[in-house]
Amino acid sequence: MKISGAEILIKCLKKEGVKHIFGYPGGVVLNIFDILYDEKGLELFLTRHEQGAVHAADGYARASGKVGVAIVTSGPGATNTVTGIATASMDSIPLVVFSGQVPTMLIGNDAFQEADIVGITRPCTKHNYLVKDINDLARTVREAFHIASTGRPGPVLIDLPKDVTSGMAEFIWPEEVKIRSYNPTYHGNKWMIRQAAQMITKAKKPVIMAGGGVILSEASKELKELAELTKIPVTTTLMGLGAFPGTNKLSLGMLGMHGTYYANKAVQDADLLIGIGVRFDDRVTGKTSAFAPEAKIMQIDIDPTSIRKNVSVDLPVVGDVRNVLRDIIKGLKEQKGQWGAVRSSWLKQINAWTKERPLTYSFDDKVIKPEFVVEKIFEISKGDAIICTEVGQNQMWAAQFYKYDKPRRWLSSGGLGTMGYGFPAAIGAQIACPDKLVIDIAGDGSIQMNIQELATAVINKLPVKVAILNNGFLGMVRQWQELFFRERYSHTNLDVIPDFVKVAEAYGAVGLRAEKPEDVVPVLKEALKIKDRPVFMDFKVDWREKVFPMVPAGAAIDEMIFDEEKKKPEKKLKAVK
Amino acid sequence: MRHTISVLVENKFGVLSRVSGLFSGRGFNIESLSVGETIDPAISLMTVVTIGDDQIVEQITKQLNKLIDVIKVVDFVEFEHVEREMILVKVSPKKNDKAEFLRLAEIFRGRIVDSGPTTFTVETTGDEKKIAAFIELIKPFGIKEFVRTGTIAIAREGIKKIK
Ligand SMILES: Cc1ncc(C[n+]2csc(CCOP(=O)(O)OP(=O)(O)O)c2C)c(N)n1
Repeated sequence: MKISGAEILIKCLKKEGVKHIFGYPGGVVLNIFDILYDEKGLELFLTRHEQGAVHAADGYARASGKVGVAIVTSGPGATNTVTGIATASMDSIPLVVFSGQVPTMLIGNDAFQEADIVGITRPCTKHNYLVKDINDLARTVREAFHIASTGRPGPVLIDLPKDVTSGMAEFIWPEEVKIRSYNPTYHGNKWMIRQAAQMITKAKKPVIMAGGGVILSEASKELKELAELTKIPVTTTLMGLGAFPGTNKLSLGMLGMHGTYYANKAVQDADLLIGIGVRFDDRVTGKTSAFAPEAKIMQIDIDPTSIRKNVSVDLPVVGDVRNVLRDIIKGLKEQKGQWGAVRSSWLKQINAWTKERPLTYSFDDKVIKPEFVVEKIFEISKGDAIICTEVGQNQMWAAQFYKYDKPRRWLSSGGLGTMGYGFPAAIGAQIACPDKLVIDIAGDGSIQMNIQELATAVINKLPVKVAILNNGFLGMVRQWQELFFRERYSHTNLDVIPDFVKVAEAYGAVGLRAEKPEDVVPVLKEALKIKDRPVFMDFKVDWREKVFPMVPAGAAIDEMIFDEEKKKPEKKLKAVK
Repeated sequence: MRHTISVLVENKFGVLSRVSGLFSGRGFNIESLSVGETIDPAISLMTVVTIGDDQIVEQITKQLNKLIDVIKVVDFVEFEHVEREMILVKVSPKKNDKAEFLRLAEIFRGRIVDSGPTTFTVETTGDEKKIAAFIELIKPFGIKEFVRTGTIAIAREGIKKIK
């Protein structure tokens, strides 16, 4: 029996096990939306902006580990997804985004609402497709889900001309996907794995640096086993928060530009750095020529392009992180090493660094310190919330002062640094995990980038909490201006900031405000009681507060500046970039 | 260092822009690029000549391999191979120089493929060095224009690995 392309598409989504999609309608996708009108097994969440739809799908994917799905119309609908797709691409998040397209006959004619979205998204997708023949539709969808979710995951876009979705064809579901040119390496080379086990045993001052790849490959258990077995301290990248328990004794917290003193010190002093599911981003390495100068570098990653891209690597192991770690652990267990004894002086040294400069801030009883808010969120949520963030100081404080013990509890735009990501991502996460507490830690600038999604959260009764660290500024940029541009606050004072309590109320959400330190806990407690609506919490925080430690751009990661140096002469604060 | 890389790709819509976009997007150089079908019409072969240090070329080949439509990448630096490029040159030698020009073209196994009252179009093939030498030598005769195909390459029989 022949059915329409739109029906084929929906059948494919169900075959892929999709339950929730995010989207926004328009002319050329009307026939798809028409099928969704009666569809029971598949729920579409209407966001209020296509960027919001893609971020929501992304948050859904990060929180659940499933592929996030979005459907939008052609032209402006499609171009509005670009930031969301690029965000997912940089962080290797599996998404399948469907965009409507003008009929094949009209493609290239500058037809109404035509945009070459396949061309536009080519560099920010893992792969993309223009379906020109309805008979290719089912296979294309199957391939797209396969590509998005396997190997190093990433977003895939499928452009659907209107005549393809309105045409008629038999629905033939390809049970198997075979793409001859796509064969990720899942198992590490045996010789390399033996070498890896030997290097680990020989090392006196090893450090593990774990990244988002550990979370993507669901390898947290193995990572913990490796670290505890061989007594190796673990630092995580921003993307790796939660890959290793933040409260574990071996945890050094985050490294890099705003990493902890002891994580950066340990990396700089290490004789072996084991990068697991990381790509040595410049925010992590600082000046690459001075990065981990004493260390041999081992790198485990499924994507060969991540290896030797930014730093030279002594032992690369290409493979799925979980498989490789299992194999290495097996090899190590056979060796029966006395790691505890070997590492004791190294761990003592690290302990000394931890004591020397712990992660702190100065509490104030008159004005709310943003770090204090994050700390209280951690306490009140017992460390068990899904934390989303926007970008800027809010993101860094959320990374520093909340301890992530489990994977998929930290949803943040690491690679692209997209302001406006957190709130829609929180909506997606809440839909994926209805019973979890989901909190977006936001800045007053970022939250205004997708504030319209309040409507999405209200209408779906999603109890997402947004903690706005309201400093009246584009805080992180202001921080750089203070430190590196002689306090010339060019266009970072937000001047007119809406009354967030009223904004929330106008949408039918709850708005709460804290102006003094003693308001913080009551406001949080009040917010947590609300289960049927989103809540905006407006925390009026100290605008002068800066994120420390900080490694100035272009410096080595142990050339950190600290709070007390803020008034010191500028020579230490030279900005290169 | 100069590398000749051959890229076996699915003969699909947009695949050329995926490859060329990768080069431009990541700041890699393309010295020349040529594309054609293979024995299997579903597969095309691209030959890219690029310049870069080892680390860059390693990235280039890895990134190419990562493209979904790319089936195989061969960096000919590692293999004994034959390289050829074809050039068509339109030259307008002065009356007195004609004989000399034709003799020179012959030395380079150039074939006259078209001629007009004042011009000759010569075709020749060779590796990069030969083509460069040919251009240098006929420059004095007055080159009006030339067109090059870009390099193509094929492994020598037995495919001996150099390193
Ligand atoms: C879409 C986007 N535009 C611009 C930037 C550059 N940027 C990085 S942080 C920042 C300031 C963010 O301000 P706010 O959301 O108020 O957070 P705060 O730093 O004050 O916590 C800006 C403008 C960005 N990351 N994303």
